[in-house]
Amino acid sequence: MLKKFALSAVAAFALSTGAFAAGEGGHVENVDFSFDGPFGSFDQNQLQRGLQIYTEICAACHGLQYVPLRTLGDEGGPALPDDQVRAYAEFYEVFDADLDDFRSATPNDHFPGSNLENAPDLSLMAKARAGFHGPYGLGINQFLKGMGGPEYIVALLNGYTGEEKEEAGAVLYENTAFPGGWIAMAPPLYGDDLEFADGHATDLHHLSEDVAAFLMWTAEPKMMARKQAGFVGVVFLTMLSVLLYLTNKRLWAPVKARYKQK
Amino acid sequence: MSGIPHDHYEPKAGWEKGLAKRLPIVGLMYDTLMIPTPKNLNWMWIWGIVLTFCLALQIITGIVLVMHYTPHVDLAFASVEHIMRNVNGGAMLRYLHMNGASLFFVAVYAHIFRGLYYGSYKAPREITWIIGMLIYLLMMGTAFMGYVLPWGQMSFWGATVITGLFGAIPFIGEALQTWLLGGPAVDNATLNRFFSLHYLLPFVIAGLVILHIWAFHTTGNNNPTGVDVRRTSKEDAAKDTLPFWPYFVIKDLFALAVILVVFFAVVGFMPNYLGHPDNYIEANPLATPAHIVPEWYFLPFYAILRAFDGDVWVVIIASGLTGGIIDAKFFGVLAMFGAIVVMALVPWLDTSSVRSGRYRPMFKWWFWLFVVNFFVLMWVGAMPAEGIYPYIALIGSTYWFAYFLVILPLLGVIEKPDAQPDTIEEDFAAHYGGDDAGKAAPSAQPAE
Repeated sequence: MLKKFALSAVAAFALSTGAFAAGEGGHVENVDFSFDGPFGSFDQNQLQRGLQIYTEICAACHGLQYVPLRTLGDEGGPALPDDQVRAYAEFYEVFDADLDDFRSATPNDHFPGSNLENAPDLSLMAKARAGFHGPYGLGINQFLKGMGGPEYIVALLNGYTGEEKEEAGAVLYENTAFPGGWIAMAPPLYGDDLEFADGHATDLHHLSEDVAAFLMWTAEPKMMARKQAGFVGVVFLTMLSVLLYLTNKRLWAPVKARYKQK
Repeated sequence: MSGIPHDHYEPKAGWEKGLAKRLPIVGLMYDTLMIPTPKNLNWMWIWGIVLTFCLALQIITGIVLVMHYTPHVDLAFASVEHIMRNVNGGAMLRYLHMNGASLFFVAVYAHIFRGLYYGSYKAPREITWIIGMLIYLLMMGTAFMGYVLPWGQMSFWGATVITGLFGAIPFIGEALQTWLLGGPAVDNATLNRFFSLHYLLPFVIAGLVILHIWAFHTTGNNNPTGVDVRRTSKEDAAKDTLPFWPYFVIKDLFALAVILVVFFAVVGFMPNYLGHPDNYIEANPLATPAHIVPEWYFLPFYAILRAFDGDVWVVIIASGLTGGIIDAKFFGVLAMFGAIVVMALVPWLDTSSVRSGRYRPMFKWWFWLFVVNFFVLMWVGAMPAEGIYPYIALIGSTYWFAYFLVILPLLGVIEKPDAQPDTIEEDFAAHYGGDDAGKAAPSAQPAE
């Protein structure tokens, strides 16, 4: 009965998020990210590349207002050395209410918010878009493949068809991943938009995967710690279950034996 | 307590006697923990412990979360992100609290269905049942208000839709809704009062839980046979029961540990699975999400709410008879709350003299259909109200009411129950005695 409840409850909700995808979203393909699955972890180099793409391209319009700059140095994230975090922070100007003026940012400040009013903040975008639901929209493969937000970002960046139209004075671009099919953002990446110091591939698909991975980190910076805690919890509770099972068996054995011998 | 003859606490040392004379708290704890419990309880009797654990988990994680949360429309969303990024262990605390609510509802639904199958609501346990229903109602209110606090898109629009239900009440609806919200729309005043109540209600629940336990400790536990514990003598009672400690405490803790393995796997590896992605977008009163979907545990009742639109004949009749006072929207609200009211009244709607569904051949089918129907309603509640879905919702809602108002009253009259065992011991022996089970069976013949 327990199994039935758990499965149906899970299935019922999965179907609901499935409907969400089917009703609004476009086509999203799975991507095998390094951080998928219970044992997946962020690829530090990929996060650093993603940070570079974000800084050189996305940050022109978008912001990351919930992300403290110091967390760029955190373990389980891009893990930049302290001096690099400080140097990176100085790159941004923030408004200081005490000074009543702008000053260069320090690691204690957050990334700035969006520059353009219609460019959404990207801090949580990878969690706000569950674009991938797997077979029948059940979503149970979240366990192995992640919730699909980074997949949505990859699909969006690769989804431009090249068609444009003008509507109410604004140019809209056709995109196969965007709900409704027309997006106000011009294609931000074409491939070879920048160069990496380590010479990593810069074709469109690689760039979009790198920036999607970075945005997953901005949305869920404690993912590594969380999975580790989950793993410890599962292992220790499994051991506890076994011990309690044996205790229970031993405890009840004489009570049950009384009726066996009769 | 419980009217089952058993050994009571006897203070021995001098200080124990002194304390017992002034405050019999040790005796109270002893009698609560050592209560004679039917020894044939099966694995569906473990949910009470799981629920107690959930309440404790939610209160403890919640109190710590409150230390870092800011109930203000401009700051709430950012303060939750502050918890997720800057507070030590904050992300884990929040995910435990978020998914703890889901575990709470998984357990409460299992607990309620167990009660419905084994007739735990029947005399003399009606008060236990009614208190349980009150706890369930408060849980729903608490969970709903808690979901509003992160101030995401689903928080805001969920609150708008649900408080809108009160606006459907004729004459006083609009004034009532404004009073509940603290203004014409969901805003800072709403967020503040929901925060206050979300903190208060769990303690009310804790109080009711004590009454719930007190009530069934007075009547004694039900059990899978529904047969009463023999109270003729201490020796007879001891054949049917075992003390709660250690036999059932260890058994329940084992079940809890297994459930927590699954819980920690969800929290650790897919904590957002049961949440809606839109709640990671800050509330925006100017942008309505395409589909407003409540949390999974509200979906069956959401389906019932939406099932009765203006085209359904009962709605048309109700509207005609009342001169339009009961319109489709208000009818839906009445149906949704009515669904819980009929469930709360089940002790008086079920006419069968047999408690346990195990010995009710016809009831079994209707019961399992009711369970399946519950999940169908849950599924339909998540679907958009178009195409075939409203029809499925209408059929499901009709069955919900028919089960309580027609099927249960009739079954008691037309059903011929199977033979029940005379004693709990007999059931236990049949289960663990292997071939010897047949020996105990003949004595069961005269029953019914």
